[in-house]
Amino acid sequence: MLSPAEFEILLLTLKVGVTAVLLTLPIAFAFAWLLARARFPGKLLLDGLVHLPLVLPPVVTGWMLLLAFGRTGPVGAWLESWFGTTVMFRWTGAAIAAAVMALPLMVRALRLSIENVDRGLESAARTLGASRARVFFSVTLPLSVPGILVASVLGFARAIGEFGATITFVSNVPGQTQTLPLAIYSALQLPGGEGQVLRLAVIAIALSLAALVVSEVLARRSARGRHVL
Amino acid sequence: MSFDVDVARRVGETEVSARFSGSGLVVLFGPSGAGKTSVLNMVAGLLTPEHGHVRVGGETLFDTVAAIDVPPERRRLGYVFQDSRLFPHLRVRENLLYGYRLARPEDRWMDVDETVGLLGIAHLLDRWPKSLSGGEVRRVAIGRALLSGPRALLLDEPLSFLDRVRREEVLRVVERIRDTLKLPILYVTHDEREVERLATQIIAIG
Repeated sequence: MLSPAEFEILLLTLKVGVTAVLLTLPIAFAFAWLLARARFPGKLLLDGLVHLPLVLPPVVTGWMLLLAFGRTGPVGAWLESWFGTTVMFRWTGAAIAAAVMALPLMVRALRLSIENVDRGLESAARTLGASRARVFFSVTLPLSVPGILVASVLGFARAIGEFGATITFVSNVPGQTQTLPLAIYSALQLPGGEGQVLRLAVIAIALSLAALVVSEVLARRSARGRHVL
Repeated sequence: MSFDVDVARRVGETEVSARFSGSGLVVLFGPSGAGKTSVLNMVAGLLTPEHGHVRVGGETLFDTVAAIDVPPERRRLGYVFQDSRLFPHLRVRENLLYGYRLARPEDRWMDVDETVGLLGIAHLLDRWPKSLSGGEVRRVAIGRALLSGPRALLLDEPLSFLDRVRREEVLRVVERIRDTLKLPILYVTHDEREVERLATQIIAIG
């Protein structure tokens, strides 16, 4: 089966992927809600900014993260002085890169599902005595659950496959930022690394397939009108 | 007077206006597209009139002159929509309890057992809305509105899309609410037979 080193890479990849999704989900939902429901000046600009990581070369996204989170960057300096910590060359940095790259895909999926929530049901809830906040939590959010799941699986798949932004931003550090794609890249650079590449590629395929199966099962359960969670 | 309404606003290309006062079961009668539903929405607070007032049971819910605009969740109007709008992610029981739980205890004047008995929906409580027939959906929607402790009911074409047997079921329920519960009802329809059978007062719209 897996060697300890491979097992460590798999665990790190899962940790980075899950963290990236958890990090992005609330932000993506807020953006999706704004784009689906709110009217404000600069909405087109926000839409464009959110989608930027999807269309930019990942290297550029990674470089911008480097500017922001580097020791002298605005966010990096703040993290350093307030928390005495950094995300540079750490798995947390890899998770941030993956989160940023997953954001546009997740926003798109969430926006679709929010737009599909029948506004009439929200009005009905209000006539029954629910405040706007309660309508959101008791009607809008539960009815968006299928979209939240789809977005999470998409985001997770995108996050565990992230390469360009990660390697630019936090480099390729075994045990910290070396997720599956980066490990495959490293193995490819080594003479005689083909066996290693094959094994890691099989893990990557298995992981992606598992994510697809999970999303399919969840989609079927929610289609039957049951609570998914 | 249960209802004292004077509202007007432009909805798309049509100028919708209604002015009436009445008690008992007041029917808003008129052809499709005349804006009857818009009038109900203005009474319920889902659509803001450009000017006018809405008073129900002596309480002012909307008044441009006095700058009063009570939000829909505090108007206590049980609105049964034409498309019923049961929450698809909640079972019938949870749909019925949605407004009941939110109502202040002193505003609740019917409990779940009474409502379920009146509407004959006891056997449906554990079902999902999408497994219900048209007539069942309509009765559950009426029950959900009654349980929210309303001061009046707003019924938007409650018999539409129902076959003759189901129409009769729902008609009987409406008559019982009118005669037994004495709840003021604002009833929208374009069908003269319903008007003849139900109305204590008829208001033409459009």
